[in-house]
Amino acid sequence: MDHLDYMDYQFDEWDGFEKATWCREVNVRSFIQHNYTPYDGDEGFLEGPTAHTLDLWQQVCELTKEEIAKGGVLDMDTEVISTITSHGPGYLNRDKEKIVGLQTDKPFKRAFMPYGGIRMAEKACKDHGYEIDPKMSEFFTIHRKTHNAGVFDAYTPEMRACRSSHIITGLPDAYGRGRIIGDYRRVALYGVDRLIADKLEQKETTRSAMYSHIIQQREELSEQIRALQELKAMAASYGYDISRPAKDVKEAIQWLYFGYLGAIKEQNGAAMSLGRTSTFLDIYAERDLRKGLYTECEIQEMVDHFIMKLRMVKFARTPEYNQLFSGDPQWVTESIGGVAIDGRHLVTKMSYRYLHTLKNLGPSPEPNLTVLWSIHLPENFKRFCARTSIESSSIQYENDDMMRFTHGDDYAIACCVSSMRIGLEMQFFGARANLAKCLLYAINGGVDEISHKQVGPRFTPITSEYLNYDEVMDKFDAMMRWLAEVYVNTLNVIHYMHDKYSYERLQMALHDKNVTRWFATGIAGLSVVADSLSAIKYAKVKVLRDETGLAVDYEVEGDFPKYGNDDDRVDNIARGIVHRFMEHIRKNHTYRDSIPTTSILTITSNVVYGKATGSTPDGRKKGEPFAPGANPMHRRDTHGAIASLASVAKLPFKDAKDGISNTFSIIPGALGKEDQIFVGDIDVDLDCGSGACFAPTLFEGLDVTDDQ
Amino acid sequence: MDGYIHSIESFGTVDGPGVRMVVFLQGCPMRCLYCHNPDTWAPAQGNVMSAPEIIRQYERNQAFYTHGGLTVTGGEPLLQVDFLLELFAMAKERGIHTCIDTSGITFHQADSAYRRKLDQLLQLTDLVLLDIKQTDSEQHRALTGHDNAGILAFAQHLKDLQIPVWVRRVIVPGLTDQAEELRALGRLIAGMPNVRAIDVLPYHTMGLEKYKALDLPYPLDGVAAATAAEAARARNLILTALREARKNSASGTPQRPE
Repeated sequence: MDHLDYMDYQFDEWDGFEKATWCREVNVRSFIQHNYTPYDGDEGFLEGPTAHTLDLWQQVCELTKEEIAKGGVLDMDTEVISTITSHGPGYLNRDKEKIVGLQTDKPFKRAFMPYGGIRMAEKACKDHGYEIDPKMSEFFTIHRKTHNAGVFDAYTPEMRACRSSHIITGLPDAYGRGRIIGDYRRVALYGVDRLIADKLEQKETTRSAMYSHIIQQREELSEQIRALQELKAMAASYGYDISRPAKDVKEAIQWLYFGYLGAIKEQNGAAMSLGRTSTFLDIYAERDLRKGLYTECEIQEMVDHFIMKLRMVKFARTPEYNQLFSGDPQWVTESIGGVAIDGRHLVTKMSYRYLHTLKNLGPSPEPNLTVLWSIHLPENFKRFCARTSIESSSIQYENDDMMRFTHGDDYAIACCVSSMRIGLEMQFFGARANLAKCLLYAINGGVDEISHKQVGPRFTPITSEYLNYDEVMDKFDAMMRWLAEVYVNTLNVIHYMHDKYSYERLQMALHDKNVTRWFATGIAGLSVVADSLSAIKYAKVKVLRDETGLAVDYEVEGDFPKYGNDDDRVDNIARGIVHRFMEHIRKNHTYRDSIPTTSILTITSNVVYGKATGSTPDGRKKGEPFAPGANPMHRRDTHGAIASLASVAKLPFKDAKDGISNTFSIIPGALGKEDQIFVGDIDVDLDCGSGACFAPTLFEGLDVTDDQ
Repeated sequence: MDGYIHSIESFGTVDGPGVRMVVFLQGCPMRCLYCHNPDTWAPAQGNVMSAPEIIRQYERNQAFYTHGGLTVTGGEPLLQVDFLLELFAMAKERGIHTCIDTSGITFHQADSAYRRKLDQLLQLTDLVLLDIKQTDSEQHRALTGHDNAGILAFAQHLKDLQIPVWVRRVIVPGLTDQAEELRALGRLIAGMPNVRAIDVLPYHTMGLEKYKALDLPYPLDGVAAATAAEAARARNLILTALREARKNSASGTPQRPE
């Protein structure tokens, strides 16, 4: 290899790293592939928490208690508009923190972020007993438009009707869309000055004919450069110069965290995920361990403090928002492990260190530590994951063997299942369409079964006493076609306005110039629809109508195959619906040439969606919750977990590339034998002479292969 | 050859090693007081399935069963030995780990034709989960309606054939957990080098609803479920006796008389 090619960029901080493409261009994957050390050993090397770690964590626990006692919010900013540089440095305990940086000037103080919508920001404060500075309300009502105001200027009456009848639900039209992952590793590897230089070059090389999309691109690149400058200023307020690359693992973690911190200072997105950082950071840790610069204990301490910061991420949100998402989630998702396309696994010691924080600091849902599971992961790591899962119930698993095929080996998960190549791809988050309600519209000719309003197109309703499968399917297909169109166009409005009024400057600054954009739609109520159609096809479904002739309830006579039992008769219906709906989505124009995808992933909002939907032909009553994500309906899967998962696994990933989730709960006793009772290996328990001993046990343990 | 199947659990984790497909067969001659599957007692009922059907279902999801396999239980699976012969033959052709969960009761009055088939089946069996409900024959009769001579003979037979065995014992407080009984079980196991594990199962009351549904009186009405501590105590008693007996036999000391 000709090293002269790589002379363009050379930093002392890169000494000891193998040089490759990543030196010539911003390309973190190349850096990782040429420098990481796969780790096949076990967890024996891990270190426990230091005294400082325990003190700091104690402090966080106290703050959490205070916050809960105060009704869920400890403190809120009501006058300072949150930006990357809006707040001076904040600390837990400056003398003890190895990794520093808070969203505002105080821990647990929630920032004021009005760009998504001033009313939402006002309400988030009001509901917790705070009042926004009236000048701020005035400013963002009269002088500076927000994303929310823009969206409602452009919405059609039909879009509004769909929104208020909940056939389209959870739209990011009044809050930050999130789901964008900046490549925060770039800050550490290249330093901000190199990234700014790159962005300047990108700006110089845009097309010169000023089409509106080129104007938009140039304006965005300018904003990105400004955001990077601000990021340097923010880090400087903490006493760090991040214009240059990080020189050791401590700086690498700190630089990377500053990048992420900048993002959460300016965006209150529905999911603010971290990316795939552990194996990247391990390269620095390995170099420092070789040099004797830091001990394992010191490195674990930095990781513990970093993860602690991620556990403290807070946003100002309304109770309704929290109801939709069941709690106050941030979705600080970090993807761990997986396999490289050359066949090497991507597990490093840092993968262990991240998961070990669940022991050092105790279990926690955030950050959302997600293992990219592959059958090719090293056995030791699989066992460590399983054990840590048993002890903490805090690990999410996703199927790397499936996603690697289309997303390569440097993708990460945003939120719970949305995969994207880091720094190369982003997505327009699109909430979801309620297909169960769509089916009811098909039966009722577009009239909403709850409000009795004509929301959908005025099709002829079904008037027969018993539902006929072919007739229902015909009408349902036409109704899906209508829904897909209004849904996609609603999202087009939303993302146009979000880009215009609440652009993710910093996160997009940590992307390449020509990003691939995913247009991420979603489906709610899949198992309700599948079972309903199965009931219509294999049993008899009688329609009960009210005095106006509207179908409001159904009586199922006889039994029918239910989704979740590995029964092709109904599983093929589910598969067909996903494919068909996606084909309807694809027929529409999507904003910024984004690529349409869909997801089947409601984890918690299925309760809210169910509440807004009338009785369905599967026997589900009005208001009853849907099943989460792609789950079978509650208690209808009667053949055990694998049959249930097998039904879910039949859904076509190529149509639902944004992810398919299955929320899987099981009582510990059903997962295997408890240690205290079962003597799996009698040898160990017996101190007898070897002659009388038993053969080695055949107990092989449990493989966890569920993808969420 | 079809089998009478009560149901299939696709994700069995407690009836043999790893994740297993567990086939519950219909029919059982025993009437154990603590039985939690009374709906499996009646023979020649339930779903009719062929061996290839079951194997097909297994193979569809075999990725989940990498470290597990196929377990037949019931009911008493050995009542349908012809069906099991076909099923296990197909399983072994495919390298599937096979396991029978049995009370051993059918060994008792078995005719020679049945014995031949049983031995053929055991040749295709990787593991037997043998439920020794009581070592004392009278106690056994009180608990199950049958004496245990055949079961102990079956245990001896498995030892002679060197078939790997997990011994199971359901712990019902006050009924199956007397210290001397548990020690006797430990001594029995000590003499069986083919036993790989001891599976102490704490009695639970989840069967109650099934009795209600079948309109049957619940024999253990009012008996509380066994606690983890009671199960652990039972395990320790069995193990201590087992160790002692092993030590004594290793050092040549004659065993303490009963």
